[in-house]
Amino acid sequence: MLLGRVTGTVTPCVVYEGLTGVPMLLVQPLSTAREPVGSCIVCCDSTRMAGPGELVYYEGGREAAMALDETFVPVDHTIIGIVDDVHVE
Amino acid sequence: MFLGIVKGEIVSTINHPFYDGRRMLVCDRIDEHGKPSGGYIIAVAAVDAGVGQRVLILDEGNGARQVLANSSGPVRSVVVGIVDAVEVET
Repeated sequence: MLLGRVTGTVTPCVVYEGLTGVPMLLVQPLSTAREPVGSCIVCCDSTRMAGPGELVYYEGGREAAMALDETFVPVDHTIIGIVDDVHVE
Repeated sequence: MFLGIVKGEIVSTINHPFYDGRRMLVCDRIDEHGKPSGGYIIAVAAVDAGVGQRVLILDEGNGARQVLANSSGPVRSVVVGIVDAVEVET
């Protein structure tokens, strides 16, 4: 998993079946020093509670689809949780 | 698997139910000489590693689910060991 900052939302009008109603958010990947790394990605949100500005952590690959209710869906990034606090030396 | 050093921990109350009660460690990737080799990862602690310790990180979903004994868990990175020594033939 990696850290990210939610920067916006994505609202599809037509989407693959199994993904209807799954919130999709625009996330900027971050380093441990919270600096942006690379470009924004679109993540599904398994918590259904993350909003713009929040620090989250996300998983990639097959595990991203496994974090959703419908696990056989074409998803490669999913928000796993919202960070309350992260202590990094 | 690769070597890492634990830099910190994530505190999170709103997360996927699989991660309730599991420690999530922020680990920097290091090479065999202990120098950061770029990048980091947030891994679930299967062993009780603390900040500053060198650890062994498994980064593959199937193995991670077997280590954590949960066949449907959305987990890919797991801290599976605490490294005492690394000997490299030069």
